[in-house]
Amino acid sequence: MPALLEGSEAIADAMVAAGCRFFSGYPMTPFTEVLEHMAAKLPGVGGTCMNAESELEAVGMAWGAAATGTPSATGSTGQGLSLMQESLAELTYAAVPLVVLNMARAQGDYWQATRGPGHGDARMPVLAPMDVPEATELTQIAFHLAARWRNPVLLFGDYYLAHTSTSVSVTPLGLPPVAADDWSLDGSTSGTGRARLVSPLGTTKRNDRGGYDLAEHYARCAARTEEMLAGIDPLVETGFTDDAEVVVVAFGTPAKYVRAAVSRLRAEGARVGYVRPITLLPFPTEVVAQAAAGARVVGVYENNQGQMVDDVRLAVAGATPVEFIGRLSLDGSGFGIAPDLDGGYVRERIEELLA
Amino acid sequence: MSGTSHHEATERASMTDYVATDAPPAAGAHLVDDFTPSLLDIGEHSLCPGCGEPIAMRAILEAIEAVGAVSRAIGVIGIGCYTAFSNNLDIEVLQALHGRAPSLATGVKRAKPDTLVLTVQGDGDMVNEGLQEVLHTAARGENVTCFMLDNGVFGETGGHMTATTALGQRTKNTLDGRDAAQHGFPIRLSTLIADLDGAAYVARGAVNNAGNVARTKKMIRRALETQEAGLGFSFVETPDAPDYLTSTLAPVHAPGVLKDVRA
Repeated sequence: MPALLEGSEAIADAMVAAGCRFFSGYPMTPFTEVLEHMAAKLPGVGGTCMNAESELEAVGMAWGAAATGTPSATGSTGQGLSLMQESLAELTYAAVPLVVLNMARAQGDYWQATRGPGHGDARMPVLAPMDVPEATELTQIAFHLAARWRNPVLLFGDYYLAHTSTSVSVTPLGLPPVAADDWSLDGSTSGTGRARLVSPLGTTKRNDRGGYDLAEHYARCAARTEEMLAGIDPLVETGFTDDAEVVVVAFGTPAKYVRAAVSRLRAEGARVGYVRPITLLPFPTEVVAQAAAGARVVGVYENNQGQMVDDVRLAVAGATPVEFIGRLSLDGSGFGIAPDLDGGYVRERIEELLA
Repeated sequence: MSGTSHHEATERASMTDYVATDAPPAAGAHLVDDFTPSLLDIGEHSLCPGCGEPIAMRAILEAIEAVGAVSRAIGVIGIGCYTAFSNNLDIEVLQALHGRAPSLATGVKRAKPDTLVLTVQGDGDMVNEGLQEVLHTAARGENVTCFMLDNGVFGETGGHMTATTALGQRTKNTLDGRDAAQHGFPIRLSTLIADLDGAAYVARGAVNNAGNVARTKKMIRRALETQEAGLGFSFVETPDAPDYLTSTLAPVHAPGVLKDVRA
């Protein structure tokens, strides 16, 4: 039954429904309320929520819990995520599943989200919901993908997602089961001669073939990453792109404004369409390229100085001009409340492309 | 004197008459005794000759057996020379990043409270990079055991100053010795931890002679027993280096039991 919930609580409910039993976090606006709700909800289902002393400790605690096979999550906002990057990269090399939330301030963390995490060739899938109901679904998908690919997965939201109250209910998606856990730690293989090892340096033991071989291990990690990115179907929404002269690409909260503006312009007869990437990694390259193929120009609207526009240009590969029509828009708090998120303003930016 | 030398040379020469080195051995070589701890996969290491880390590791592994917790044991290993053991143990291992092991141990223990969770870290890992993590883990009274193998330098990078390096100690980046005015004062981690209410057992051992090894083994066992009894955070550090370094570090980091809530 639907209830009026703020996004943070709906996401917390979705995490619990997805089986999450360990959460650790450090307060930071606009992420803080997710931590509050997890602290309130997890003990009731036999889970644990840790008030970590820093983001470094938050990701470390979640890493430890996740290594025991316990569905686990952590999160922060962009600055806190910056502190976690080293661990997130190593989690990919150690093949440990973890869900990570970024309740970001505006959209300046696109590169952090999609180019990271951290050092080396690590990648983590990124899901960017447009609103609270979609977030409850993508949260469940994030836990599924993390377990399926044994990799961190990022849920990329913002102030609006975390703090908007909506009538919403968490509907279990019934995602397919993942392979049985044959890797996690509980101590039971200690003393058997084949004690398990969960390590970002590899899993070959001294009595296998002499031990860690980092060249071999990183090559194997790269192959795993490639397989993962090829194995995840990009999620994307499109509207009116078939005969569009102008195609606008946007993600997350601003995409909702773009969608509304495009729909109105279309109703008035303008040949304009939109593409909304829902997975930012893997990026819906083919859908963007296809939508751009018949267009005169592609506009990219983001609440930053132009980051996803790079991926759009890579997708379009020079076939159609790509114009950045967004900009960083914040109020004095810096938390991501954007004066530009206004139907009239977004419409004007699109109309400039139609002119 | 010359007479003695002559006599020895003669005796050595005469011994060769009785050892036929050009003939194959009459019997195959056999191991008189295998001293490899049962929780170590391969009884060899690539650490520097004389290093005390293998002695400390042996003591930790034997203590896990002694408290009867083998099938519940999970080791969280930091980054340093001792990382060479992380894929050579017959206990489950979670390899951590430099400095972060106590947080990972916290996650493991909270998710699986029935396990015996221990970290192995060095002074660089624990006192430099991860000081905040170990202090907060202790302050929380986290029911895990942390071991610090203190060689007074970053051994793996080649011997650079750490936060435990003694004043006057020469390292590769304190060539004239650690100078307080330039490099600050060493941190006595055990002392800091013992002051925290969450810490239940805190001790500083040494592995530079048989007597100290025996005393340190008791400390390690007592630390694990403290965890098994659910009493809170337990901690043992030991200088793991040869005798000269143990004596260099000893005036700063004096051995002994600093805290034992069961005493």
